[in-house]
Order: sequence, then C-alpha cells, then structure tokens
Amino acid sequence: MMEAVVVKNLVKTYGKEKTVAVDDVSFSVDKGELFGLIGPDGAGKTSIFRMLTTLLLPDSGSATVDGHDIVKDFRQIRSSVGYMPGKFSLYQDLTIEENLHFFATVFGTTIEENYHLIKDIYVQIEPFKNRRAGKLSGGMKQKLALCCALIHKPTTLFLDEPTTGVDPVSRKEFWEMLRRLKEENITILVSTPYMDEASLCDRIALVQGGKILSIDTPHGIVNSYPDALLAIKANEMYRLLKALKGYPGILNSYAFGEYAHATLRDAHTDTHALQVYLHEHGLTGVEVKEAEVTIEDSFIKLLH
Amino acid sequence: MKQFLAFVRKEFYHVLRDRRTLLILFGMPIAQILIFGFALTNEVKDSEILVVDYAKDNASQELLTKIGSSRYFNIRQAALSHSEILGTFQKGKIKAVVVFPANFNEDLLHHNKAQIQIITDASDVNTANMVTNYLSSIIMDYQNQLNRNLEIPYRITSEVRMLYNPQLKGAHGFVPGVMALVLLLVSVMMTAISIVREKETGTMEILLVSPFKPVLVIFAKAFPYLALSLVNVTAILLLSVFVLDLPVKGSVALLFAESTLFIITCLALGIFISIKTSSQQIAMLISLMGMLLPTMMFSGFLFPIENMPVPLQVISNIVPSKWFYIIVKSIMIKGLGLAALWKETLILFGMTVFLLLVSLKSFKIRLQ
Repeated sequence: MMEAVVVKNLVKTYGKEKTVAVDDVSFSVDKGELFGLIGPDGAGKTSIFRMLTTLLLPDSGSATVDGHDIVKDFRQIRSSVGYMPGKFSLYQDLTIEENLHFFATVFGTTIEENYHLIKDIYVQIEPFKNRRAGKLSGGMKQKLALCCALIHKPTTLFLDEPTTGVDPVSRKEFWEMLRRLKEENITILVSTPYMDEASLCDRIALVQGGKILSIDTPHGIVNSYPDALLAIKANEMYRLLKALKGYPGILNSYAFGEYAHATLRDAHTDTHALQVYLHEHGLTGVEVKEAEVTIEDSFIKLLH
Repeated sequence: MKQFLAFVRKEFYHVLRDRRTLLILFGMPIAQILIFGFALTNEVKDSEILVVDYAKDNASQELLTKIGSSRYFNIRQAALSHSEILGTFQKGKIKAVVVFPANFNEDLLHHNKAQIQIITDASDVNTANMVTNYLSSIIMDYQNQLNRNLEIPYRITSEVRMLYNPQLKGAHGFVPGVMALVLLLVSVMMTAISIVREKETGTMEILLVSPFKPVLVIFAKAFPYLALSLVNVTAILLLSVFVLDLPVKGSVALLFAESTLFIITCLALGIFISIKTSSQQIAMLISLMGMLLPTMMFSGFLFPIENMPVPLQVISNIVPSKWFYIIVKSIMIKGLGLAALWKETLILFGMTVFLLLVSLKSFKIRLQ
C-alpha cells in the first residue's frame, strides 16, 4: 500500500522565544486511510496541518504529501489537496451556491464534474442554496465547507477540527460522510479534540504538547491499556473523587460522565473492600463495576 | 482566466452586498463634490451691497446697472448719512457700501477724475478682499469703456486678468482635489481592507491552498476597485460639468488615462498596506492617517505648497496625489496636453512601478 503522507521529525516553533508548537513529530498515513489527530486545544494539531498544507514552513524535519515535498513542491500539493481550516472560512456574504461555485472555479473544475463526490452532503443543504453562508447553522456551515474542500476531488483531505462547535447530531452525520468518502479512495486527515470521535478513525495519533504520545488503531490503543479500570458511581461526585484519591489501591482517578474512572495498582484488588471504604466515607448509592476502556482513558493514562 | 473572472465577480458581490461599502464608494464622492461645490465655497455670490448715491446722474446710474447685473451682488439703495452707514454694517447683512459723491458725473467729465468710496466689512477679511476686488474690476471695466471714446493719452492702468478662471470660481481648485481624495480613499483604503479581510476571516488560507497563484489573488482583488474608481471619476466629472458648470478643457481621454495611472498607484499602495497589516482596523487607520492626511496637506489642494517651508516642500514631492492634482488641474482647467505634463506623468509612473515591485516582493505565499 502506498503512503499518502509521510512526516519525519517535524519541528515548528513560534516567535522570538521559540515556543515549541510541534516537537519532533513523525508519522505516516496510508492511501485511502482515515487518520485522526486527537488532542486538546494547543496540542499542535493545527500547526501540523498548516505545515502539511504548505501554509507554514517547518523549522526542521521534512514531510511529503502524495510524494511531494511540503517545502519544494508546494505548488503541486496546493493543487491536489483539499483543506478545511478550523475556523469557518468561507465567504459569509455569498450564498451556499455562490461559495461552492467560486471554489469549484478557483480549482479549475465545475460543480457538475465532481457532483457525485459531494452529492450526499450537498442534498442536505441544497434546500438553502440561496441563503448566505453567514446565516447558516454551525452544522450546515461545516457541511458546506466540506463540499467546498471536496469539489475538486482532492487526493488528500485535511480537516482541522471540523466538528468543533457543531451539535451532536450533525457531528454524527459528518462522520458518516467521512466514512463514505473513504470509498472514493480519498486519504483523510482529521483533527479533533473529541475523544469519542477517535474510534471512528482507521488509525489515530494522540497528540499533546506538540508531541505524539501514541499511534495505533483505536482498537489497538484501547487494547494496550495496561491497567484494570473501574467505573464507580455514588450520589456525590465531588466527595467520591476526594475519597478515591485517599484509597491506597488506586493509582489514578477522574470524573468520567456520571461515573468516576479509577485505575488500580493491582488488577486483583478486591472491589468489595473499596465499596466498604466508600461507605465508611459517608457515600451512598455506591456502585462499582469494571469499566470498558475508551480512548479518553488511554489518553489520560498517557498524560500521567 | 475563468478563475480570474470568478474571483472578480465574487469581489463585486462583496461590494454590492455591503451597504456601508457602497455608501463610502458612491455616496462619498457625490457628497464631497456637493459640499465643496455649494457649502464650503469661498466665492462671493449674491452679496448684499448698499448703495448710497448722492449724485444720481448718468454716470452713477450706468455704473450701478453694471454692478447690479453681475451675479455677485444684490443692490439695495438708501439715502443715508455717513454715520448711519456704520450702523448698517452692525446688522451684519451688508457686505459693502458704495458711496457716490454728489457731482460724480461732472467731476468725471470736467476734471477727468471722480471718486467712489467703497466701505467693506473687514471682520471677514477674505470676503472683504474679494468684494473689493470684484467691485474695482467692474469699475475699471466701466472706465475702460469710457476711455475708448475719449482717448485720454498717457495713462497707465494696470489690467488684471485672471487667467483660466476669470470668474474666480472656487470649483476649479477643489474638483481635482476631491478627485485625488476620493480615488485615494477608494483605491488605497478599500483595497487594503478587502485583502486584509480575507486574512482575518481565514479565507486567505483556503485561497493559498489552491492552484490559484497567490499573486493573482492580489490582482483579482485590486481589479474591481480599479473599475469602481473609474466609475467614480466619471461621476465626479459628470457632476462637475453638469452641476458645477466646470467644463473639462483638455482631453477627456487623457484625463481618464492619467486617472487610471493614479488609481494603479493607489492600488499598489493599498496592496502594500494589506501585506504589512493583519487586521482591518489597522489597515484602515494606516490608510487614513498615512494617506488621507498627507494628501490634504501636501497635494496643494488646501494649502499652497509654494508657501511651505523648504523641508515640507521636499516632503510633498513623495506624495503621489500632489502630482496627480497638478495633472488634473492642468488638463481640466488649463487644457494642457501630455506634452506639457510628461514630467509629472513620468514621476507618477515611476512611483507606481516602484510600489508594485515592493508589494510583489513582500507578498507572502505562506501564512508567516
């Protein structure tokens, strides 16, 4: 299988103080793969994307997109990739149709030519095609932006936090679209701060502080989780977390939705003893069960 | 080419859909022309003149008809004593009083010398001067008329002729000035703002990651403003010809060619500002402070450059609008051709080439 994106020891710093944004990052993405960069805000995801889309020059290291060097062959890369920046970056005073038509023309193509690529997405926003982009909802804006990034049939698609600020239903729809695009053999790199979206990628890289902590399939990342994980529920979350911190058999604990997740020092720790301990601390409605490891758990583990 | 056209069309959408931009673009030139033309005029029109005629003879009547028939003065007659005259000024309406002494005609015929007293309200110096000048020239005119018949030898009279603008119309000076101002604002400020806006909203990022050449982005953005500026030139000229009665003496084609050159100078400046700034506010501030102020001060439109200290005169040479102002004035009012203006044109052309080169050189094809 050919590699669509190869990144080798990429480093990027900003300003006079040389604030490190991307710190010696290496990874590669196969052709047709849906690859996710998962990490919190400020992890360096956008900087990586901007270097790969030739918008920024790396301080050191190298990278290729479709075999083209990001510094030397920036022209070829610019005409073959699709890029959707994190901030909504279409013309707010142009209608949906005008935006799409403009970007199609700028990329030297027509809407008709590649309509099959965007059809599934476009039909959802087509009823509003004469509405100005600035007046669209967050979900519709992202759908339009995706259409505009896709209209020239890019070989590789860079989506920088495409679902930030989008409602859960639209987010789900959006990811379904990305899965469908895979069938067109378009390589997709997507970044997101949402851990739950990570499991929808073929492979993910967990990014923090400009470094890649781990690269694997979502399944692989979850499976390599080293500890036993418990999900604990009680009536008062705050007191529960405080009590868990004081329990000697627990390595680490944190809130996870309505439960608290806790990793155990020893996989064979008696959960009954823990329940008794929590009751002694005045907590009621205590429930302790084994938790299914998620990407978020893996990420938190890697941070510690 | 198709890409370029799509870009230009998009740019027109931006302009036509933003009411504020439209207002600045087309409201401003019209408002400026009308304000300068009618409100801020330093012409003396329909000034109230009080005539105290003690003579009431042929000569005084003839002279009065002459004064009254000019469109500058409205004559009111009254028989007042000398002390009463001062009182009328204090009411404020009267700009000047003309006093004919008794025996005016007789003095003129027999002594070859007669006197008229003109009293003006010098609390407004400009108006007072202007009124005296107008009145004197009318009297001089009348005197010449008499002399033609009488032939009195050996008399030296200075004959003042106001070349190119015999009626001393204020419009002559400000139409070229307003043109320079408006073109500067539209071309520099609007272009700078519209390019910076693409940076601010992030669309520049998408445009850079496209096969469209970055330099073409700049040209495609500048082109619509060239077209709109030419529309403005046309509007200003139409207003000045049909509303202000100020015809274009020289070649209209040459005027448009020179305007196009100046617009391109301004566009290059606007592009340069847009490259160096990252927010619309800063772009606007720099365009206003850095462009509008020097144009007002150094183009010769409001303050004559010859009266400035030498260092300021030198500085005025790098202000493009100064050269454009000279060119427009020469073409519109003096009717000069390219032969007389090649030097100014060449300077403007040099500035344009220089600015274009500098902006193209500093244009970044990446984000940083």
